[in-house]
Amino acid sequence: MMRLDHDAMARRVAQDIPEGAYVNLGIGLPTKVADHLPVDREVILQSENGLLGMGPAPARGEEDWDLINAGKQAVTLMAGGSFFHHADSFAMMRGGHIDICVLGAFQVSVHGDLANWHTGAPGAIPAVGGAMDLALGAKRTFVMMELLTRDGRSKLVERCDYPLTGLGCVSRVYTDYGVFDVSRNGLAVVEMIEGLTLDRLQELTGLVLKP
Amino acid sequence: MIDKSRASLGQAVADIADGSSVMIGGFGTAGMPDALIDALIDRGVGNLTIISNNAGNGELGVAALIKAGRIRKIICSFPRQADSHHFDARFRSGEIELELVPQGNLAARIQAAGAGLGAIFTPTGYGTMLAQGKETRRIDERDYVLELPIKADFALIKAFKADRWGNLVYRKTARNFGPIMAMAAKTTIAQVEQIVPLGSIDPETVVTPGIFVQRVVATGAASERSELGAER
Repeated sequence: MMRLDHDAMARRVAQDIPEGAYVNLGIGLPTKVADHLPVDREVILQSENGLLGMGPAPARGEEDWDLINAGKQAVTLMAGGSFFHHADSFAMMRGGHIDICVLGAFQVSVHGDLANWHTGAPGAIPAVGGAMDLALGAKRTFVMMELLTRDGRSKLVERCDYPLTGLGCVSRVYTDYGVFDVSRNGLAVVEMIEGLTLDRLQELTGLVLKP
Repeated sequence: MIDKSRASLGQAVADIADGSSVMIGGFGTAGMPDALIDALIDRGVGNLTIISNNAGNGELGVAALIKAGRIRKIICSFPRQADSHHFDARFRSGEIELELVPQGNLAARIQAAGAGLGAIFTPTGYGTMLAQGKETRRIDERDYVLELPIKADFALIKAFKADRWGNLVYRKTARNFGPIMAMAAKTTIAQVEQIVPLGSIDPETVVTPGIFVQRVVATGAASERSELGAER
């Protein structure tokens, strides 16, 4: 059994992003998805600091620091791209105009609750940024994460114990072990990596999963 | 003759007083009005409430204002970053109070203030610790949180070009909070690269109409832009 690496996970997410979609890729792992979108598929990337039609990073030395993404990295603008202020940007999100948002997560519950902004650890300085707006604004919210923490605990949980980002907002979860859909009656396994069984997956997550 | 241009940065911020509430534009360093902030630091006033997306990066701008000990409270969405060490220290020591607001709610609350609204119902934050104790309402089978407008005595913003009526054009993603902060403050002060003759900005491209801007000051400097980038 071979777990998917981050690039393979990103490639899998990219498969589910259709031609013509308006997409926001969250900071961290989800940014990798952009590298795996097929070149013949026109997908428009939004960055919540105020651009549509985000292109790849510029060549070294060509950076324009007035043209950055939400991770504050220098980016480029595609032909047809546009700039707008923050209220318009979050109206795109909150108003349901963005088709797909891909986010990282600490935990996702069987009901699609998301925890991805704060560990709640004592002394940690909280920073929420656009996480809560992104989580519930898009038509579909995808989560991309490793299934297990470093010490082997499942990040798919019955109930999040980290502080919540949003309630019932996640539609699909892409992991290194497989893909899961959040449905009315719990988590359904869309696909598993080769060699993995439903029993083993239930053992790893401690959850009752629907095939 | 209307002339909103000011000859110096110092003149532009001369009436910002102890205890003022000040919106500061920018997302990271893009659109951050660094020259106006430096002038504010030189003025020596403190006990300020700052409304800004971040709580300073590195040593510049808001970070410098924090380092100088001038801030009592920050309302922002994303204070903690790899280079927010000045904020981190003052927050941990209890010197600075933090009101954490989700980024879209921050924008919407600022916009509400500028538009004269009494409050907004937003879905963002519902069911989370950032909505604790706040009024909620279910509308059309969706849950919302009541949030109040955020206004300020002053807004310091950065734009690309202005004319003497205060019409503004921005540059790329440096636009970010500028247009909405300009609407939400009693006095909006814009730092721009150049002040151009009245009539030379195509009216179809004006992003912030001059009615929302009280003062403009030119700092020149496409070169500063690259220096700012080099600091990252």
